[in-house]
Amino acid sequence: MASKNKKLNLKDKYQYLTRDMAWEPTYEKHEDIYPDESFEGIKIINWDQWEDPFRLTMDTYWKYQAEKEKKLYAIFDAFAQNNGQQNITDARYVNALKLFLSGISPVEYAAYQGYARVGRQFSGAGARVACQMQAIDELRHAQTQQHAMSHYNKHFNGLHDASYQHDRVWFLSVPKSFFDDARSAGPFEFLTAISFSFEYVLTNLLFVPFMSGAAYNGDMATVTFGFSAQSDEARHMTLGLEVIKFILEQHEDNVPIIQKWVDKWFWRGFRLLSLVGMMMDYMLPNKVMSWAEAWEMYYEQSGGALFKDLERYGIRPPKYQDVANAAKNHSSHQTWATFYQYSQATNFHTWMPQEDEMAWLSEKYPETFDKYYRDRFEHWDKEQKEGNRFYNNTLPQLCQVCQIPNIMTEKDDPTVFSHRQIKHEGERYHFCSDGCCDIFKNEPEKYIQAWLPVHQIYQGNCGGADVATVVEKYYHIVPGVDNMEYLGSPDHQRWLDIKGLKPLSASREKKAAA
Amino acid sequence: MSVNAISEYHAEPKDRVENFNGMQLLYVYWPHHLMFCAPFAMLVAPDMTFGAFVDELLKPAVSGHPDSETADFLNAQWRLNEEAFTPDQTATLIANGIDHKSMLTVTTPGLEGIQGSAS
Repeated sequence: MASKNKKLNLKDKYQYLTRDMAWEPTYEKHEDIYPDESFEGIKIINWDQWEDPFRLTMDTYWKYQAEKEKKLYAIFDAFAQNNGQQNITDARYVNALKLFLSGISPVEYAAYQGYARVGRQFSGAGARVACQMQAIDELRHAQTQQHAMSHYNKHFNGLHDASYQHDRVWFLSVPKSFFDDARSAGPFEFLTAISFSFEYVLTNLLFVPFMSGAAYNGDMATVTFGFSAQSDEARHMTLGLEVIKFILEQHEDNVPIIQKWVDKWFWRGFRLLSLVGMMMDYMLPNKVMSWAEAWEMYYEQSGGALFKDLERYGIRPPKYQDVANAAKNHSSHQTWATFYQYSQATNFHTWMPQEDEMAWLSEKYPETFDKYYRDRFEHWDKEQKEGNRFYNNTLPQLCQVCQIPNIMTEKDDPTVFSHRQIKHEGERYHFCSDGCCDIFKNEPEKYIQAWLPVHQIYQGNCGGADVATVVEKYYHIVPGVDNMEYLGSPDHQRWLDIKGLKPLSASREKKAAA
Repeated sequence: MSVNAISEYHAEPKDRVENFNGMQLLYVYWPHHLMFCAPFAMLVAPDMTFGAFVDELLKPAVSGHPDSETADFLNAQWRLNEEAFTPDQTATLIANGIDHKSMLTVTTPGLEGIQGSAS
């Protein structure tokens, strides 16, 4: 199309720089150019009906991002120069950053790879451009998160090798396998998994806790990253909803396929968020809100409204949503108890809640905390004071699908594990729940190959026969320095020094004397 | 059901017994003792006797629990892969029917965890 004006209006500019960049091929067959577009069974009748709600073009994208980047790095510099690490509420908080850096930043990178791949696979130009931008966003998030947190690496232990650990450490296989599952699926399942279920339905439960957690705990660097990523996240959420509505409107045959993916990815996302739940309830010295409150606000209310809206397409709320809703009062306690007892194999410190924190937990979880968890935690606290800090000296059974240890309990009886087991082609498999067991049954070929960290250690593939060797040699974690109990750790000692709460530690005195 | 793939798709299980160098996996769950956050995953020799398994592996695994001193595992109620099971302590694990990736559940009536909280 020809334009008379030198300066294009937004609509024309979008048309020129996105849709107009595409053409109908004549030399090659459509299916040879886009080989992954049809095998999942999703039917797209007309890609032109794809609406990009932001109408963002590449030149504008670069301009916005560059401006944000400039401001962000100015604040990182100021944070470092002013010793911002000294202004956080308590050094225990830094452990939330260790979890984020090793568990979340590498999956931002995985998301970048995923969007770069699927963006190539859609024949609709609007979808391709949206995926391309999100790919670059995710890459930028992985980078800026590492830059935001790198300053802490100069002052605290355990932040030194996050991406290496992501591929090896037992619990990091939970986020890793989640994204591997999505990235090895077809392009439409990837979008349903990441754009819709993760970015749209569940992202507030990841992003808000960590970024509000940073704000509540004096971490200016991370909270500034959060502000800088907020407009990207808003775009990703909008894309997530657009994706799902577009696919559902294209053909009625798409509805049952999407429903199956929504069920699967809601459940996988819910399980993954157990890590965030424990972070909120146990790792933030200054609490934002409880995990149960966050779940009620961001899933039960917002998610409820969303699925009401999707009803007209024939989509119902995710299967086992009732189990997930009931688990909001248990999962953070069960997860923290797991990390506490296996802290000899984590890349961060753990601890028992202090008395006022126990009181907060009782108040926030009136039905469950005192009844099911307080006795356990008080027992551990007492043991620790007597010099017997509890560590579990065995390895746990893992779920074949979500790879979380089988720690979750039955919806109707929180004193019993919701363990499930089946036999498939002569092999036994174990699961944390019906949700994960169903996912396995739908695609067993995918999950029989799971790289389960516990089994890999026992097969001798992780550098040693005992946990201490695996942790030190294979995980690159120094026992007792990077992990285990927080009280009395080098991080704790350093914090007391910073705050002048205690004279210099013996080692520092020696250094000073020398 | 089967995986939806772009071409014919075949996969091998990663945890076949052959990959464990002559050993096998055994999972053990002690209900109402949730202080142990998940069932234990243990590496066992298939020709180990059931009695040796209890003494050499199970007892050390649970020794951190206050109920462990009074727990009488040999006279407890056992289940194997979700079915009632009476172990023969002098026989090997394999002769007891405990194969690779089997799950044992052992209930000790009267022991209900820390302060009776199932912990």
